[in-house]
Amino acid sequence: MGLTDSDIDAIWLTLKLAFTVTLILMVIGTPIAIWLARTKSWLRGPINALVALPLVLPPTVLGFYLLIAMGPNGPVGQLTEKLGLGLLPFTFWGLVIASLFYSLPFVVQPIQNAVEAIGKKPLEAAATLNSSPLDTFFHVVIPLAKPGFISAAILGFAHTVGEFGIVLMIGGNIPMETKVASIQIYDHVEALEYSGAHRLSAVMLGFSFIALLLLYSFQKRGLASKFRIGG
Amino acid sequence: MAKLRASAPTIHAKLAVSLESESKTFQLDIDCEFPSQGITAILGESGSGKTTLLRCIAGLESKAKGQLKLGNKIWQDENIFLPAYKREIGFVFQDARLFEHLNVKNNLQFAVKRSHEKIKKAFYEEVVSALDIASLLLHKPEQLSGGEKQRVAIARALLIKPKLLIMDEPLASLDNARKHEVLPYLAALQNMFDLPILYVSHSTDEVCKLADHVIILNNGQVALQGEINDVFAHSSLPNAYKMETSTIIHARVTEKNERWHLIKAEFGGNSLWLQDNNQTLRKLLRLRILANDVSLSLDDQKDSTILNRIEGRIAGIEIDNSSATALVTIELNQIEIVAQVTRKSVDDLFLMVGMTIWAQIKTVAILS
Repeated sequence: MGLTDSDIDAIWLTLKLAFTVTLILMVIGTPIAIWLARTKSWLRGPINALVALPLVLPPTVLGFYLLIAMGPNGPVGQLTEKLGLGLLPFTFWGLVIASLFYSLPFVVQPIQNAVEAIGKKPLEAAATLNSSPLDTFFHVVIPLAKPGFISAAILGFAHTVGEFGIVLMIGGNIPMETKVASIQIYDHVEALEYSGAHRLSAVMLGFSFIALLLLYSFQKRGLASKFRIGG
Repeated sequence: MAKLRASAPTIHAKLAVSLESESKTFQLDIDCEFPSQGITAILGESGSGKTTLLRCIAGLESKAKGQLKLGNKIWQDENIFLPAYKREIGFVFQDARLFEHLNVKNNLQFAVKRSHEKIKKAFYEEVVSALDIASLLLHKPEQLSGGEKQRVAIARALLIKPKLLIMDEPLASLDNARKHEVLPYLAALQNMFDLPILYVSHSTDEVCKLADHVIILNNGQVALQGEINDVFAHSSLPNAYKMETSTIIHARVTEKNERWHLIKAEFGGNSLWLQDNNQTLRKLLRLRILANDVSLSLDDQKDSTILNRIEGRIAGIEIDNSSATALVTIELNQIEIVAQVTRKSVDDLFLMVGMTIWAQIKTVAILS
């Protein structure tokens, strides 16, 4: 195909970022999703809104606030400096944290919808079969909500791959550190290297199509048809 | 609340719960005891609190307050609330609630793995064959009919080896044909597995077929409880069940009359002629005689078409001045049956306790 070394680096970095973010989001998104699906607390509305904010907010706004917070005068920045971690903006882990916020709704909402669709009935049935809440979570909730979990992982991954604005705000353009594929394409275009932009864009287009194809083929089967992108 | 004698009262529930839904508040306030043997039916109209009572006993209503004891084991009191998964119950829901992601076999295995006692292979096979589900083991729940689902759900509940089996209208969601498919399995359960069963129903017919003990609920309170015969022969049966006032007796087939196609059923020194439905000799029958189907006369009316006429003695007359009818208890040798007659007839015939009387029994329902 003729991708340059820096293209390959950008793709590799993008995959590493998306993989890391998806993994962390599945771990922290699941309890949030289950809480949102089950709670009757008044906090449900505000938390739901907070989780969904990245869906409507321009990535630059989110990126801007995160930049301030993680900067040398921001609360997060001061904390990371005290812990000896240095400042997070313009680092890979800074990108990871920004992406966690940015992709959160794409992971939380499919899981939340799946858990809501299961309802209380199978859980009560499990309880009468001597199954503790944790046991029920692993052997009833997860298998029944599996399509929701798969959708969440695919969407979280694909959406992180597709980031641009927030990366630009937080990460800038450092090769091997923060220069992801979308930034690399931007650079190609800036430098008027249209053929380079074409090649990488084609890779991204192909990837996105396959990711969505996978998603919809899962959704076609049974339960998952209830879950929509972005809730 | 009328309370009749209960044999071996080992399960005691004294519960109160107030549940709020969008439109109204429902209050359940119950004090009931039932034996740790046999089938106890909870009967009541829709909204009387039957399902709520079961859910409280199972530990599925966390708002329930009160005491619940199974034998000497406390499930709930002021300080203790055992969650559902720590109570040794099996629960059969109205809607079966099989796990959709597991096939029948794995639904059963879900219970076997979490069972209160180790499940031996022989017991597993006994349950599977008792409910006749061996051919369904590899099916997914969505491939099963309503009746099949319910049979699998019953098997699953048995495989947890509960100390108490709770069934919430297991037949309610089934059509009549399916009901008759599942009913015999329910009747057989009790004999096979020697386990107390708490059975909710709004069908008097089902209850009379299955139960030994009955609790009638009305508006979240116990209206009447006791042995099935005492309850249905009781004069204080709630209004909704007045028409169901009846005597339930056990009789044995002692003779078959081929010519008239009749069988003779003997009970407590009396006999009845019933239609021959191919019952075998010596078979024990469960019969129900509605109080409405018994009329009384002062002498034996041989010129009547009523085949079953038995001489007895009036043991009690209960008159409700607000209604047209009176409930007369007649002693037939060792058995008492009830007859519902008009107050006017009681007056016209000068019926009194101790009088000799002929009971004419128009119809007898053979329950099993």
